[in-house]
Amino acid sequence: MHAVYNFVSGPLLWVSFILFFGGSVYRIVSMVRMAKKTDPVVYHFWSLKYALRSIFHWIIPFASENMRKQPAMTIVTFAFHICLFIAPLFLFAHIILFKASWNISWMYLPDTVADIMTMIVIGACIFFLVRRLKLPEVKYVTSCSDYVILAIVAAPFITGFWTFHQLPGFRIMGIAHILSGEIMLAAIPFTRLSHMFFFPFTRGYMGSEFGAVRHARDW
Amino acid sequence: MTESVSKESSLIADEGLDKGLARLTSEKIEKTIKTILTNETGARLKTYVSTCVHCGLCSDACHVYLSNRDPACSPVGKIKQTIWEIVKKKGKVDAQFIRRASEIAYTECNLCRRCAMYCPFGIDISYMILIVRRICHKLGVTPHYLQDTAQSHSATLNQMWVKDDEWVDTLQWQEEEAQDEIGDLRIPIDQEGADFFYSVIAPEPKFRAQLIYQAAVIFHSAGVSWTMPATPGWDNSDMCMFSGDNEMMGRLKKAHFETAMRLKVKKIVMGECGHAFRSVYDVGNRWLGFREPPIPIIHSIQFFYELLKEGRIKIAKKYAKTVTLHDPCNTVRGAGLHEMIRMIAHETCEKVIEMHPNREHNYCCNAGGGVINCGPPFKNKRVENNSIKADQLRNVKEQGAETVIAPCHNCHGGLEDIIHTYKLDMDLKFLGDIIYECMEKPEE
Repeated sequence: MHAVYNFVSGPLLWVSFILFFGGSVYRIVSMVRMAKKTDPVVYHFWSLKYALRSIFHWIIPFASENMRKQPAMTIVTFAFHICLFIAPLFLFAHIILFKASWNISWMYLPDTVADIMTMIVIGACIFFLVRRLKLPEVKYVTSCSDYVILAIVAAPFITGFWTFHQLPGFRIMGIAHILSGEIMLAAIPFTRLSHMFFFPFTRGYMGSEFGAVRHARDW
Repeated sequence: MTESVSKESSLIADEGLDKGLARLTSEKIEKTIKTILTNETGARLKTYVSTCVHCGLCSDACHVYLSNRDPACSPVGKIKQTIWEIVKKKGKVDAQFIRRASEIAYTECNLCRRCAMYCPFGIDISYMILIVRRICHKLGVTPHYLQDTAQSHSATLNQMWVKDDEWVDTLQWQEEEAQDEIGDLRIPIDQEGADFFYSVIAPEPKFRAQLIYQAAVIFHSAGVSWTMPATPGWDNSDMCMFSGDNEMMGRLKKAHFETAMRLKVKKIVMGECGHAFRSVYDVGNRWLGFREPPIPIIHSIQFFYELLKEGRIKIAKKYAKTVTLHDPCNTVRGAGLHEMIRMIAHETCEKVIEMHPNREHNYCCNAGGGVINCGPPFKNKRVENNSIKADQLRNVKEQGAETVIAPCHNCHGGLEDIIHTYKLDMDLKFLGDIIYECMEKPEE
């Protein structure tokens, strides 16, 4: 068990960090360079002002028409994305590990808050799953990979919740937690989770076209 | 893919699609697709395909989906059945797939770009549908009627097979007609150095010649300096932009811009057409390498707005019937002219009732993007696929609206069929119709 733990929390962690950071930089740089060659139109029409105007309207809850039309989805998706980032980054247990390894630390959340945020992420994943299974327009475009991606995102939170509450088998779950977190990190640049860093580019370009060329809103 | 080839619409016979299909081989399909994907696409397509999280949130943007609630008709549903498969299989798709992809791309999407406003990522779905159209064009699988229009463009530089002498003859005929009303009215032909060249789409001389008459009366009354060319290049329309024939689109735009240069005019004013505006100011100009059109181009909506604002035309008596406004995609979502439409309507009409949703959020007429140009085989489907527009119209009719103002030719075609099929019994007008009817005209 110790050997497995050491492997998962040592070398594998580095592998996942490298894949995540390296992969993200690679995906962004290669996209930006490719665009210069194949889609120079993006550069010609990119407008920072209108890109930001559009991005702004899409990162504020209910600031776009479609968000107002889908209130449940809007609330869930914002809660999900916020908790997805905040909970792991400001979790006491994670910060302790950073402190122990590199002697760095930052502010952390009370455990109860982190626990609630974890449950929000898990609940949101269930919501997304039900949406995929039940809504015809979502089901129609859902492929196997969508369920896999959803599982990749949900796993670290389910296992983390399990470990924190010391439910039966929590030692194994602890290892599964680290492993699933690493899988998620590594998967981000190479799956549709890359929407994380492509969002500003796609939204910004559309905002530029709508704002600077078409003089219309895109939210 | 079997589940996606669902609708009975796939059975619609079309000479262009069926004959095109018979000529296809799997090698040709694969080679053509690979050539286009390699030479004409890149970062945008790749990013769009890999960023879409399959959330389905674009569905509510699409009038076709809203009209029949078939998930295969949602924007992402159409993408799934076309470009995703094409990219995933690297062009190894069969002829039947191309048949269905072509029908989706040409007849179930108007490239109205409403979905780009509903996708959280701003993924440009109409861009991807245009890639599908480009592939279908290169494969020779285009709807017969649309292709006929494109042929007309390439043979005559206008959309409706209007011959050079017929064009000039029509202008002179309308001038004569208008002179019965205003004796000294002229339609100045080929007058170098005029302030602007008034360009129209070919259906104007072909079917709606009275629009040229009305424009002439408006311009004459406003005392502006204008001209219309005697040579090809007068037509600003561009179905090649929608059929996927980009090369031909470029030729058309070049002829149009060069005609303005030849006439040494300061600007082009275009008639009330939406797609033509898109072609000169957003798409065709880029194909030719111009970031913006090489000569200022003003849409009629804006031109009428300016004439009214500057007091160059005055309203004698407001239009008495209650009107509602249909916002054309290409001049509203495509150019932000919606407030100008409203200003003109309020200046000229007694009462205006808004349809909802409106402005950038308008529902397309389902005729745009070349869909109506796919002709009779697809007419019923086109009208059925826009019952949401009929609901919208019925709603304002119940509030008292009797006239729909739609400053776009394609919208007229589409709305006319909707009004007729759904028995809505409403009048349909261009802004020019209303202005002509209500304005003060010179005495003589």
